[in-house]
Amino acid sequence: MVLWKPTERQAVTSIWAKIDAEGHGQDTLERLLIVYPWTRRYFDTFGDMSSSEAIHQNPKVRAHGKKVLSAIGECINRMDDIKGYLAPLSILHSDTLHVDPENFHLLGNCLIIAIAASFGEAFTPDVEAAFHKLMAVISAGLSRQYH
Amino acid sequence: MVNWKTNERQAVTSVWASIDAAGHGQETLERLLHVYPWTRRYFGKFGDLSTFNAIRQNPHVRTHGAKVLGAIAECLNHMDNIRGHLAQLSILHSDTLHVDPANFNLLGKCLLIVLAKSVGAGFTPDVHAACHKLMVEIADGLSRQYH
Repeated sequence: MVLWKPTERQAVTSIWAKIDAEGHGQDTLERLLIVYPWTRRYFDTFGDMSSSEAIHQNPKVRAHGKKVLSAIGECINRMDDIKGYLAPLSILHSDTLHVDPENFHLLGNCLIIAIAASFGEAFTPDVEAAFHKLMAVISAGLSRQYH
Repeated sequence: MVNWKTNERQAVTSVWASIDAAGHGQETLERLLHVYPWTRRYFGKFGDLSTFNAIRQNPHVRTHGAKVLGAIAECLNHMDNIRGHLAQLSILHSDTLHVDPANFNLLGKCLLIVLAKSVGAGFTPDVHAACHKLMVEIADGLSRQYH
């Protein structure tokens, strides 16, 4: 069970209040697909992702980025039971999507960088630590039902 | 041997032109010591690293941060042979400092975050990818002489 300090909850919720699921979602997913190019293999149905430009203009990337960030937002609404909340999504990623759980960690890195680039000085080391913890908990929750 | 595309070299050099070794070095090392607390064990001689404020005010952290960023900047003058350039430092980290090489990746992550914060919107996915590649090469070069 995860214990959250009040300062950690505050850091996460105050930043998230200013997150734009669509814009930041697209930024996060673009970074994943560009910095870790093998992740593109999970998105065959998205069409052209052969270059950074193609990825940037791909409407499915934008839509999916928004979906992912919305799900992360839901986790933030349930910070005391992220594991339970993510159980069905974990089964989906394991049994249907066959995603290597290492990639959840990579998406977490990309989200943190997207937030840092967007929030600048407000992304203090304390905020960074809180988000790092959040993404570790989310990755663990998404990996939990793998067998 | 690493192959650098022209736009990757360009991205890395232009980001680095705006780096302040002392300020950004301190911030990078602060984040490492705060987000990954076990790394403090490598800096026993630095004195008080017990709280974030102690880390922030510790003059050794500032000096050492500048030293690390200076060494990374020097790698940019040897981009086609980072491995060779870092051989001596790799032996030092292995035989004298006994640093677990996993920590080089953690420092790389912290530095990417500092770069993202500092460069802001200019830290596009392509620039992020080029800097990430540099961090991977440096971590690899520093690990190479371990035995």
